[in-house]
Amino acid sequence: MELTTVWFILIAVLWTGYLVLEGFDFGVGMLLGVLPHKQDRERERRVMINTIGPVWDGNEVWLLTAGGATFAAFPEWYATLFSGFYLPLLLILLALIVRVVAFEWRGKIDDDRWRAWADRALVVGSWVPAVLWGVAFANIVRGVELDADHQYVGGFWALLNPFALLGGATTALIFLTHGASFLALKSDGEIRTRAAALAARLAPVTLAVAAVWAIWAQVSYSDAAWTWAAVAVAAVALVVLVVSTRARREGRAFVASAVTIVAAVVLIFGSLFPDVMPALDPANSLTVTNASSTHYTLVVMTWVAVILTPLVLLYQGWTYWVFRKRVSTAHIPASIGLTFDRKPVTTGPAAEDR
Amino acid sequence: MDALDLARWQFGVTTVYHFIFVQLTIGLAPLVAIMQTAWVRTGNERWLRLTKFFGKLLLINFAIGVATGIVQEFQFGMAWSEYSRFVGDVFGAPLAMEALAAFFVESTFLGLWIFGWDKLPKKIHLACIWAVAIATNLSAFFILAANSWMQHPVGAVFNEETGRAEMKDIGAVLTNPTVLAAFPHTISAAFLTAGTFVAGIAAWWMVRLVRRGDVATARNVYRPAVIVGLVAIIVSGAGVAITGDQQAKLMFEQQPMKMASAEALCTTSSHVSFSILAIGNLSNDCDNVKHVIEIPGMLSFLATGHFDSTLQGVDDLQAQYEQKFGYTDENGNPISYQPDLTVTYWGFRLMIGFGLGSAALAVAALWLTRKGRVTDKKWFGTLGIAAIATPFLASSAGWVFTEMGRQPWVVAPNPNPSGVDGVWLITARGVSTVPGVSSIAISLAAFTLLYGVLAVAWYRLMHRYTVEGVAASEKDPSPEARTDDDADAPLSFAY
Repeated sequence: MELTTVWFILIAVLWTGYLVLEGFDFGVGMLLGVLPHKQDRERERRVMINTIGPVWDGNEVWLLTAGGATFAAFPEWYATLFSGFYLPLLLILLALIVRVVAFEWRGKIDDDRWRAWADRALVVGSWVPAVLWGVAFANIVRGVELDADHQYVGGFWALLNPFALLGGATTALIFLTHGASFLALKSDGEIRTRAAALAARLAPVTLAVAAVWAIWAQVSYSDAAWTWAAVAVAAVALVVLVVSTRARREGRAFVASAVTIVAAVVLIFGSLFPDVMPALDPANSLTVTNASSTHYTLVVMTWVAVILTPLVLLYQGWTYWVFRKRVSTAHIPASIGLTFDRKPVTTGPAAEDR
Repeated sequence: MDALDLARWQFGVTTVYHFIFVQLTIGLAPLVAIMQTAWVRTGNERWLRLTKFFGKLLLINFAIGVATGIVQEFQFGMAWSEYSRFVGDVFGAPLAMEALAAFFVESTFLGLWIFGWDKLPKKIHLACIWAVAIATNLSAFFILAANSWMQHPVGAVFNEETGRAEMKDIGAVLTNPTVLAAFPHTISAAFLTAGTFVAGIAAWWMVRLVRRGDVATARNVYRPAVIVGLVAIIVSGAGVAITGDQQAKLMFEQQPMKMASAEALCTTSSHVSFSILAIGNLSNDCDNVKHVIEIPGMLSFLATGHFDSTLQGVDDLQAQYEQKFGYTDENGNPISYQPDLTVTYWGFRLMIGFGLGSAALAVAALWLTRKGRVTDKKWFGTLGIAAIATPFLASSAGWVFTEMGRQPWVVAPNPNPSGVDGVWLITARGVSTVPGVSSIAISLAAFTLLYGVLAVAWYRLMHRYTVEGVAASEKDPSPEARTDDDADAPLSFAY
């Protein structure tokens, strides 16, 4: 196999890791406002956040690795994509920034207004990328306007076409369902019941929307017949998801939503290959060949990836095993946060001089 | 302002801001690991209390470092796409390696450390913070290897057909003499930052408690923390000075224009004096500079180890560059190959000057805590808090100096035999052409605003947790210490 193909597959693998893992913690964040009930809202929110507490940071590194790997293996792709999709990526970055700090800072201060801001950041910070990654990938699948120098010249508004917007709705729905099934699997008590019920209600909607998008993508934008297999796998997984969520089979439901995401990434990358960024005028398309680094760089990076990726999977897998227990409101201690208003005894050594 | 200026401001703002948190994390993670090691080995509760106290400050800081780090990786492609096309074959490799080899370890094991207090055996839990500490330092190495390649490209050739740099030797990129000098310097500075941070906060608390009459806590908890910080300051302070000297010597060879500009040295001469104060260089006209205070022969000595050696001046270097790279750009405007004199001259001096803040704290602490003493001297507490800011200011000045000093190049050409020839790129050619001025203006405004808001929240958190001090007592949370087999007990740590 050509090394450029190997790297195309590796980047698809990295995106798969990112979307499967961060997909459910996006889902948890997106549901933070709606899933907890009024009478025990704060503790239930904390249950939700703590189901992903130990892992969200490691999950997000898959994105950085996907970005770095694209830079190293396909610099032209990285350059065209990131400069072309400037504003959507800016929104994603701003969302991810507030989301990261909100996770870590939320519990640090025991104050309702502080938590309210953190919750807003978590909800918005999860919704924005959940939708925009779908919009971005759908645009890549659809093809964008590139000039002969491989520069994106379509402008911002061209990215908001119906196929891309449906793509955004699809990823948002998939992540919502994925997050709900994760919560049903990882939490206990009322929040588990509610998450399972919500997953059961979301699953058929996700099936319908995702099916339309996937078939649209396959029929209109895929040159390969074999990607029908990915569409089929996604469809089967979604049907399993609908059935399992109804039967409250939590483990199976979560696997089904994860397989759906894997199949979606296979469909997306499979329909692109050998392009990495098809142009509306095919002569200008970025391909695995014209976007790639030199053979030497790919060899070096292949060694690095082959040695390190299994290690990453190993210790991240271990993390999930260590924190395999369900979290319920009984596990939530009183807030560890300090209060702003309890004035420190003094503002400095000076005060004791009096 | 055009897209280039905006993109440069954006890079400067986001990078200096990001590094503030990074430099504390790089040093503080190992210091927290050392405190936890002391607890595991001695079983003395004070080390657990200190680990938790400084651990919380580390986490507040870590979050914002991670959050702003994503911007760093993305903005090469977003705002500097032409640079990315040019260097991607070489520059992308250390970035991808950083993510795979270091950042994954850092993030995963930090999660294990935060939530694993009551889940993991004591020694495995301790290993997690060490994994974080080592990985943050490894991260720094890869990022500095990437940056050093921009200062001094090695292991690559320029392909005229594609117009891009191509990697020929990854070993050379990772053992670039520039990174071998920059890494120890940066790491020493990070440890200096963390040492000053720990010693400063502990000194303030020690004084505060002695004045309140709680000498026992001051002596048993905060004094040991002052000592940990003090040792870190002394060791890393010496490291910063030695590595800084080596790096400067290397820079005189590799980037003579940067150093000539930093010293406002106009013409090539021998027995060059080191300038401590100069005035009149605001117009960026080298010949207008008046050196007010100088040490004769010192610069020659610092650059080469000999008081009588000859150093190249800005004007002569400009002439050399003009001959090699052209007098005018494609629009017929003359090209200035000299960086901003004021910024480099003062950046260099502020870096060194602020670096002395930690030294002042160290000297005072050495004297006041000698032979088991604690102190109630108010000025010492104040000095502790004031000193904390100085390494941050020094590093920021250092980065501004070294990055601005590389201008007008984004990838600097190499005058010396150890580098490769023909690989260089003018900064103006590296900026993205696609996102218009308005897009970059929007992102610059958005980042600046958001970073400002986060800085306020970060400061309030750090301040609040600092004035809270160490907990009065900490229960051993490890599974070994658990007497009951209570699986449904509340988590010892939860968000």
